[in-house]
Amino acid sequence: MAISLLKRLVRSLAVLLVVTFATFCLMFGNGPGIARAVLGMNARDADVQRKVVTLGLDQPLLVQYGKWLGSLFHGDLGASFFTGQSVTDALSTRVPVTLALVLITLALTVVLSVLFGVTAAVKGGWVDRVLQFLSVLGTAVPAFIIAIALVFTLAVAWRALPATGYVSPDISLSGWVKSLTLPVLALLVGSVAGAAAQFRTAVLDTLGRDFVRTLRARGISERHIIFRHVLRNSAGPGLTVLSLTTFGLLGGAVFIEQVFALPGMGQLANQAAQTNDVPMVMGTVLVTTVIVLIVNFLGDLTATLLNPKARTR
Amino acid sequence: MTQPTNATRPTDKNPPRTTSTRPAHPASAADSQQELLRVRDLVVRFPGRRGRSTTVIDGVTFDLAARETLSLVGESGSGKTTIGRAILGLAPVTEGTITFCGETISNISRAARRRVARDVQVVFQDPYSSLNPAMTVGDILVEPLAAAGVEGGRARIRELLDAVGLPADAATRYSREFSGGQRQRVAIARALALDPAVIVCDEPTSALDVTTQARVLRLLKDIQQSTGVAYLFISHDLGVVNSISDRIAVLHRGRIVEVGDAHQVSTAPRHDYTRRLQMAAPVADPKKQRERRELRAALLSAAEEEADAPPMAQH
Amino acid sequence: MTAGPAAEATLTQPPARRRVIVQLLRNPQGALCLAFLLLVVVVAATSPWLAPTGPTTTQLSASNAPPFTGGHLLGGDSAGRDILSRLMWGSRQTVMACLIILGVSVVVGVASGLVAGFYRGRFETAAGFASDVVMALPGIVLLIALYALTGPNIPVAMTVFGLLIAPTYYRLVRNVVLGVRNELYVDAARVAGLADLRIVGRHVLWAVRAPVIIQSSFVLAAGIGIEAGVSFLGLGDPATASWGTVLQNSFDGIYNNRWGVLWPALAISLTILALILLGNALSDVLQSSARSRTLTPRARRAALAAAQQEDAGRRSAPAGSPDDIVLSVRALRIAYPSADGEIREVVHGVDLDVRRGEIHGLVGESGSGKSQIAFATLGILPREALILGGSVLLDGEDLLADESKMRAARGRRIAYVPQEPMSNLDPSFTIGKQLSYGLRAVTSLDAGEAREQLVGLLDRVGIKDPERVMELYPHEISGGMAQRVLICGAVASGADLIVADEPTTALDVTVQAEVLELLRELSRDRGLAMILVTHNLGVVADLCSTVSVMKEGHIVERADVETIFEAPQQAYTQELLSSSRSVELMEI
Repeated sequence: MAISLLKRLVRSLAVLLVVTFATFCLMFGNGPGIARAVLGMNARDADVQRKVVTLGLDQPLLVQYGKWLGSLFHGDLGASFFTGQSVTDALSTRVPVTLALVLITLALTVVLSVLFGVTAAVKGGWVDRVLQFLSVLGTAVPAFIIAIALVFTLAVAWRALPATGYVSPDISLSGWVKSLTLPVLALLVGSVAGAAAQFRTAVLDTLGRDFVRTLRARGISERHIIFRHVLRNSAGPGLTVLSLTTFGLLGGAVFIEQVFALPGMGQLANQAAQTNDVPMVMGTVLVTTVIVLIVNFLGDLTATLLNPKARTR
Repeated sequence: MTQPTNATRPTDKNPPRTTSTRPAHPASAADSQQELLRVRDLVVRFPGRRGRSTTVIDGVTFDLAARETLSLVGESGSGKTTIGRAILGLAPVTEGTITFCGETISNISRAARRRVARDVQVVFQDPYSSLNPAMTVGDILVEPLAAAGVEGGRARIRELLDAVGLPADAATRYSREFSGGQRQRVAIARALALDPAVIVCDEPTSALDVTTQARVLRLLKDIQQSTGVAYLFISHDLGVVNSISDRIAVLHRGRIVEVGDAHQVSTAPRHDYTRRLQMAAPVADPKKQRERRELRAALLSAAEEEADAPPMAQH
Repeated sequence: MTAGPAAEATLTQPPARRRVIVQLLRNPQGALCLAFLLLVVVVAATSPWLAPTGPTTTQLSASNAPPFTGGHLLGGDSAGRDILSRLMWGSRQTVMACLIILGVSVVVGVASGLVAGFYRGRFETAAGFASDVVMALPGIVLLIALYALTGPNIPVAMTVFGLLIAPTYYRLVRNVVLGVRNELYVDAARVAGLADLRIVGRHVLWAVRAPVIIQSSFVLAAGIGIEAGVSFLGLGDPATASWGTVLQNSFDGIYNNRWGVLWPALAISLTILALILLGNALSDVLQSSARSRTLTPRARRAALAAAQQEDAGRRSAPAGSPDDIVLSVRALRIAYPSADGEIREVVHGVDLDVRRGEIHGLVGESGSGKSQIAFATLGILPREALILGGSVLLDGEDLLADESKMRAARGRRIAYVPQEPMSNLDPSFTIGKQLSYGLRAVTSLDAGEAREQLVGLLDRVGIKDPERVMELYPHEISGGMAQRVLICGAVASGADLIVADEPTTALDVTVQAEVLELLRELSRDRGLAMILVTHNLGVVADLCSTVSVMKEGHIVERADVETIFEAPQQAYTQELLSSSRSVELMEI
């Protein structure tokens, strides 16, 4: 088991190298283009040449990548081409916002989707049909449209909650909660709808297995069968659902940050991309990839721990 | 030269098979002695985790003559199905050779394998998974003919359906509309399409009800009478095997432990394992079954609890 | 190989598959979605001629115009552009994005999935790694990063998105192909001499088709969301209209024209909804056989009422002398809803009495309804099953009439031994844990007492070293041991009656003999009554004292075991016997 986990870890690192190198090639391949973008369209060619050299963009790609990797080990991701702000500084204020948004939503998604998914599977009948219908609706409307609808009804029409903006928890905890309520809600609808539908399928699959019938025949109460045996055996597919949900949330957060003007990573990436601020974009790609890989790794680890076959080997 | 050889157990002295043990067959003795399939020292290993491999077949040797039925009988994990698949080119041959009419057919190229298709065919155990549910029976039967480039497929289909006792209009219907027994008839018709010399029958009746099983076995016998095809019949059921075979080979953990005339192996087995198999199969007669049960108990206590399979053995 | 109730009940074959599109059009949900999507495509194709104005035409009068005013059906945006026209033009970009995403992802994902699944080897390893890498990419962030390189270029962004989503096809197709590859019909095609290309064309592509079509509608739904989202972020080309940019413009001006956001939001959401519903309808049509049909409560009540009316005229045989009868089944009728909505009766009014210490064989071929009776006595019929009438009497009380009595009897008075040992143990718990949970659910024992009792009982059912086996997981023991564990679980609570459903069918013949011996001893030592469901007359002859022969939901003959085997009265029993004896080793 330890060996398979170690393999996973090595594989994750390989993925990280491949991803960053690919992005690097895409972004840093065009040195003069970048320099011109930084200096403006009217810059003289000589200035552009000089800028290429000062930015180190004239060196071979592998050397540039090596340098980038080298400084990465020292926790240095370079500085913005425009503002000169260190990328790590920018990220250190942005990442917590996005992580808070994603993790809070994830926690609520787990609770609600397990609740709805299990209820739909076990109750069946009209409860199941209503929940299924809601789930289709929830998946159909993209998160940013739900966000707009929330801004529109709660903030613009009723003026109930702050529409946009972000309050740091250091300044005001209640302000922070308020500023995150609508964004979390907007992300939550789609992720609960999607995850609940898949939990329902997983539970139904388990309920249809032979051993459940045998447990019933042994006189064990339905409640015990569901909570002890069915949920336990649905946990494997459930984990896959959760890691996919997390990726979905990371993507959705980008749009949500835009709608609610939250100073998160997505907003940073978006602004950086629109201004051609390459080191900044690289930094956000790196951090997001690392988060995705960690989630994947944790998912695999839990799945291994949950599966007696994998554990006893 | 068709004397059954057994590399793993040289002490087994089997008498040379004589034509008299065969059911009434018009063919001359010389004809029936002609050996079609020759398996020598067959070893099949499957790669396992961390470089360890499992030996599924461990040095198996036998011959199959024209117009004869040889059965491989054994319990799960004995490797009986793997031998059939190795002959069909569906399982790897690690060591040893398989020849058909003197030509090696083990470890040959895909293209060469395709030429063997005319001579060696198969009927699988599960008639549900062995027929593509999306195809009509006609399309299923045309498939081997088209692959071999045979013309006039449609007329042949009528012949084949007739030979297995299905109505001619079955050709236009989907296999999923048929019962298990009927599907197995379609599978037999497909095996017969190219007029093969050998058909590997891999537990062809074990998924069927008992009355259907009896009918399918009768059909297989009738087909052998009229076409002279040889069967390599694979089964876990000594009784089924006895009703159809000329010779029986008993497999245990990848080796042949006993091989010989069908009547002898199933009624007067020489090997302990065969005897245990024989005693374990219940008969549909309460009084005889009671006697057999007592015999079995006596046999087991006499053997003084022969070392049982280890608890971690494959199931 | 689980010949469960569903397998027996759904032996009727689905009607021959009509053309998918015809079936889809008959499905109201599918037809509606298809019509809506067709409308979007038609609007996209004809917008240059049908749209009231150009995509960037500005009119001062239209600036922030509310809907339904001044010839602007949906109003205007802050720059004075007609929203309806911009949405109509925008649909062109939506359709184009869909085509690009679908083209790229299907070509890349399906082709690599086919090759990887069919040939495996190095290509599969490489493709698997590539797919892992792509799945680990932060998709949206990458699309944004791409903007830095290419500027506003939706076709390129959608091509990249197509590549990013291709692994979903790859995984789907590869898994389907791996499944098909193991199907015997592919082996049969190989043996028949078909070339690989032909096998893929005839057998593999067919199996892949339905899942790919269904998946495509969900991929498109995601793609439309992404296209709109990327444009909404401002990464689209401001010179062309798209639903996302219209939404962005309207959102920016939400305080001036609050209705502006509604129309693009509706266009995006409805199109995605249509695609998802279409996907659901497609999977209903293409994979209908996989779905079991449960009746609505109203249909259930109607069926029961009809059955009661039929039953009013019938009289069932009275129960035998009550003192030695453990369980008595009276006029039991069981039915299943079939695919065409009819109700198909699989057990037609069966009577059955089991006496103390009696082993009652219920013998018949597949589909005869024998397992259904077994499940009904335990109240473990599948959800869709319908008990049309009859009773299961335990000590004179009808268990079918009172769910609480059934619950009280199940596991305590009546126990169950299933057919397939491995699938009937919970793979996530050790043998000891699951046996102990079961025992403690029906007794007042504490954990220590339960354990002690179970160790003794495991030893009794022939398991060596029971202490060690208690700590093992089901996958660590053999099938024969698993069946002994299940028998232990059944007798642990001290039941009077065991219902054994083909308890030896999945076992090797030598193991079968041992398990039959065990059942005989348990029945003798504990005075257990048993209902033994089987298709094997040898097993019946070995174990049973009374035999009921079932055919097509009726008991056609019943007698003590000697009589059945020596002087069978019914032609069907005689046929069963002669078929069975034709393949038996009668001589010893």
